[in-house]
Amino acid sequence: MLKTTPLNAVHREAGARMVDFGGWDMPVHYGSQVEEHHAVRRDAGVFDVSHMRVVDFEGAGVREFLRFALANDVAKLTQPGKALYSCLLNDSGGVIDDLIAYHFRDDFFRLVVNAGTAEGDIQWLHSLNALAGHGVSIRPREDLAMVAVQGPNAREKFWRAFDETKPATEGLGLFQAARLGDDIMVARTGYTGEDGFEVVFPAGDAESIWRRVVEQGVRPCGLGARDTLRLEAGMNLYGQDMDAAVSPLDAGLAWTVDLKAPRPFFGRKALEARGQQHDFLGLVLVDKGGVLRAHQLVLADGGEGEVTSGTFSPTLGVSIALARLPRGTAPGATVRVVVRDKELAARVVKPPFVRNGQSLIGV
Amino acid sequence: MNIPKELKYTASHEWARVEPDGTVSIGITDHAQEQLGDIVFVEAPKAGRKVAAGEAVGVVESVKAASDIYAPVAGEIVAGNDALADSPEQVNADAYGSWIYRIKPGNAADLDKLLDAAAYEKVASE
Repeated sequence: MLKTTPLNAVHREAGARMVDFGGWDMPVHYGSQVEEHHAVRRDAGVFDVSHMRVVDFEGAGVREFLRFALANDVAKLTQPGKALYSCLLNDSGGVIDDLIAYHFRDDFFRLVVNAGTAEGDIQWLHSLNALAGHGVSIRPREDLAMVAVQGPNAREKFWRAFDETKPATEGLGLFQAARLGDDIMVARTGYTGEDGFEVVFPAGDAESIWRRVVEQGVRPCGLGARDTLRLEAGMNLYGQDMDAAVSPLDAGLAWTVDLKAPRPFFGRKALEARGQQHDFLGLVLVDKGGVLRAHQLVLADGGEGEVTSGTFSPTLGVSIALARLPRGTAPGATVRVVVRDKELAARVVKPPFVRNGQSLIGV
Repeated sequence: MNIPKELKYTASHEWARVEPDGTVSIGITDHAQEQLGDIVFVEAPKAGRKVAAGEAVGVVESVKAASDIYAPVAGEIVAGNDALADSPEQVNADAYGSWIYRIKPGNAADLDKLLDAAAYEKVASE
């Protein structure tokens, strides 16, 4: 039996093609994945991301607990509302999940974690909590739903739908959130490489919020467009670009691992002992003859690598990918990718490929 | 579902049309293009290739996924529609107007084994 979000009936009514996404019945598109993609790059789109899990952490020791539990350092979060991207590591330094941590008060933080990993994360965080002994309260918020409104006109259209939120949210910087009452959060975050908000609210309000946003001409978008947008934006997908067997250092996430302070976070020892073994970069297909896809073999000067995510980029009109490559492979190099029975040339680039509607890779 | 009565079909979602010269044009069904979504790459087989029934002879890739195209009968490929390489979106716009390749069956009687529109509709509704 698939799990459903509070917007399931709304998606079906809108003619969405539904798929099983990690045990959740989710819309992959509402007609055209590519048109939804373009809507987000050029105007505004809205995604149901209620399958992601909000988990609240409260208690006097919450900051110290999260400094121990997360690979990035929440000590950087000093202003209320400020957010941080981080990995949660296992004892071999592999990635259990990637998440966003929000700081609301010194005794109140929030994590937003991936759908498929949520149950495991919560169990893991309970064990770490027992280990660290700060007695933090951990509260999964299954009572909340979440939508992402993304695109160059997303914030304007959201404010037109909910003008009462504007005073508290128009001053938000990137990776900053405002709480409007106890159970509403508006965050200037996203997974598309465009401006916009991710909005968390009580599940019972989901339908009316979705409809009011769509009435402003914001296009409903499915997981298909979400994947091509995030890949163009050079953002990793958990389970594909990294997982429990992969170090964040080998998944292009070294910038999220804070090794500056002598902070004994979980997984640190293994991570430092292992070091970086791969370069994680982007590929742009040069030859015709197919589309880059996950698990294709990459032949580089320094050895073999693997495509971890690949697609056809609707914005650039070429196939692009994220790939784990032999150490020392640099942007500008040409590699060969085995696509079915052919070896096709691809150019190595530094992601992101697209940001704020613009190509960053000269295509 | 758009399933023209005058065509033959396969369970792997190809359509087949017998041309006046006895060759058979092959494409993918409207149902198949809808399932695949926005098509971005079509690779047609080369003329002259001899193929067995059920052999993978070409590829259609959408933004979402890659899908093989099979030979419905044994025979020889007589033409590939290279125009689709530059306009793969044609397959979405007009699946039955977008032939991908033409095959000359080794044995014309093999065509009788293909599905008719009613039988394909059952397959596509599953």
